[in-house]
Amino acid sequence: MNKAGERIYNGLIKENPTLVLMLGMCPTLAVTTSAINGLGMGLTTMVVLALSNLIISLLRKVIPGRVRIPAFIVIIASFVTAVQLLLEAYIPFLNKSLGVYIPLIVVNCIILGRAESYAYSNPAIPSLFDGIGMGLGFTFALTCIGALRELLGAGQLFGFGVLPASVEPIRIFGQAPGAFFVLAALVALQNRVKNVRKQKGKDYEKIGSGCTEDCMNCKNADGCTKRFYDENAK
Amino acid sequence: MSELFKVSSNPHIRSKVATNGLMLAVVTALMPAAGFGIYNFGPRALAVIVVTMASTVLTEYFFGLLTKKLTVTDLSAVVTGLLLALNLPVSIPLWMAALGGVFAILVVKMLFGGLGQNFMNPALAARCFLLISFPTAMTSFQCDAYTGATPLAALKAGESVNLLDCVIGRTAGTIGETSVIAIVIGACLLILLGVIDLRIPGSYIVSFVLFAGIFGGYGFEPRYLAAQLSGGGLMLGAFFMATDYVTRPITIKGQYVFGIFLGVMTGIFRIFGPGAEGVSYAIILGNLLVPLIEKYTKPTAFGYQRGGSKR
Repeated sequence: MNKAGERIYNGLIKENPTLVLMLGMCPTLAVTTSAINGLGMGLTTMVVLALSNLIISLLRKVIPGRVRIPAFIVIIASFVTAVQLLLEAYIPFLNKSLGVYIPLIVVNCIILGRAESYAYSNPAIPSLFDGIGMGLGFTFALTCIGALRELLGAGQLFGFGVLPASVEPIRIFGQAPGAFFVLAALVALQNRVKNVRKQKGKDYEKIGSGCTEDCMNCKNADGCTKRFYDENAK
Repeated sequence: MSELFKVSSNPHIRSKVATNGLMLAVVTALMPAAGFGIYNFGPRALAVIVVTMASTVLTEYFFGLLTKKLTVTDLSAVVTGLLLALNLPVSIPLWMAALGGVFAILVVKMLFGGLGQNFMNPALAARCFLLISFPTAMTSFQCDAYTGATPLAALKAGESVNLLDCVIGRTAGTIGETSVIAIVIGACLLILLGVIDLRIPGSYIVSFVLFAGIFGGYGFEPRYLAAQLSGGGLMLGAFFMATDYVTRPITIKGQYVFGIFLGVMTGIFRIFGPGAEGVSYAIILGNLLVPLIEKYTKPTAFGYQRGGSKR
C-alpha cells in the first residue's frame, strides 16, 4: 500500500477518529439528528481538516514550536470562516441546520489533534491524505449515527420516509440520549469486530509498505514517527 | 452469579434469605395492585402485564445465554417486568411495552453488569424512556373505557377530585398506581416480612406533604394534600421503587436524605413543572445521586473519631 492509501485506510478504519480515537464528540453527538446533517458536518470538517493539514505541514519548518498552537488555530479558523461563507452562499439549508456547530469546527479536537500529531511532523502530501482519511472516517461515522438516529427517531432516511406511518418512531433517538445510545452501540460493535479479528489472529494488516522497524533501509523513513505502526500486528 | 458464596474463617452470620426469596416477596406484594389494575382496566391490563414480564424475562434469559451467565432464576427480571407494567397506561400498544422491557433489562441492567450494578431503577428508567419516546401513547389514560384525565392532571387544572375514588383506585392512571388501598396492603406485607422499612417511604411522603403544603397554593388543606398523595404514582413509587435495594443508599442517614430529596423533587416537578406527574423522574434523579449521598453519610467506623482520625 502506498503512503496516501495507507493514510486513508488509517483514518477511515484503523484510527477512525470517532469510533476508535473518540475525538470530536461534541459535533458527533449534537448534529447527528439526521443522516444529511451527519454527512454535511463530516464533509465540512473533512475539507477544513485536509486543507489545514496541508498548510500546516507546508509551514511546519517556519512555525516556531512555542507558538504552534495559536498558529494552528489561526490557519484552521481561516479555513472554517471560508467554508462557512461558502456554505451560507451555496447550501443555505445545511448552514441553517448545522448552525453554531460550523464555527465550532475551529475547536474540533480532531483537527487540532491531527495538526499536532501528524501534519506538524510529516511532509505535505501524506498530511493532505491524512486529513482526507481522517475526514472520511469522521464523515462515515457521523453519517452512520445520523442515519440510524433518523431511521429510529423519525422513521426516515435522508429525508425520505422509509418506515410506514403506522409504525410510531422512537422519538428518544432524535434527542440527546439517543445520540449516546447509538454512538455506544457503534463503538461496541467496532470493538467486537476488532476482538474477533484479533482472536482469529487476523489483526488489521500492518499498514505502510511493510514496516520492518529497520528505518535505516526504509524509503518511507523520512518523516515517519513509527507511532502509527501497530507493534502487536502480525 | 453463583448462589454458593462460601466465605469461611470469621464467624459470619449466615442468612437463608436469597435474592429470589426477596424478589418473590415483592412480586407477592405487588399482586393486590396488579389484581386491582386488571379489575379496574379490564383484560387488556393483564395482556400488558404478561407481555412486559415476558419481554423482561426473555431478555434476561437470552442475555444470560449469550454471556453464559444465567441469572434469570433470581426473579429480578420478573419484578422489573411487573413494576414496569404497573407503570404503563392500559391502552399502550403491546410492542411498546415489550420494547420498554427490553430496554429496562438490556440497557439499564445487563450492560452495566447485571443485578446489583444498575445505577438506576430499570423499570423507572424504561418508563422514562417510553415517556420521552412515545409521549402520546404514554399519557393517554382511560377509565371505564372512556379517556379521562388523571386525578393529578385534573388537580393541576384546578378541578375538584373525588377523593374516595382516588383511594379505592377507580380513576384514570397507569395500571398499578391508581389504588392506594391495594398498594398499602402490599407495602404492609413487605414491611411485616422485613423486606423494606419505613425510612425512605416515610421521609419521602412527609417531605412531599410539607413541600406541597408550603408551595402548592392551597396551604395545608387536607383534601388537596390527600388528592396529591393518592392521585398519582407517589404511593407506588415510595413503597416499591424508591426502596429498591440496588438503587437506594445503604447508609441509614443517607436513606433519610434520599427520601427527603425525592419528596422535594416530586413536589417541584408536580407543582412547578409543566406536567402533572413527577415521581419517576424524581426517583431516577435520586438514584443518580446515591453514590454522592453515601459518600457524605458514611458512618464513622468503630475505633475512629468523627472525621476519620484514629482514636
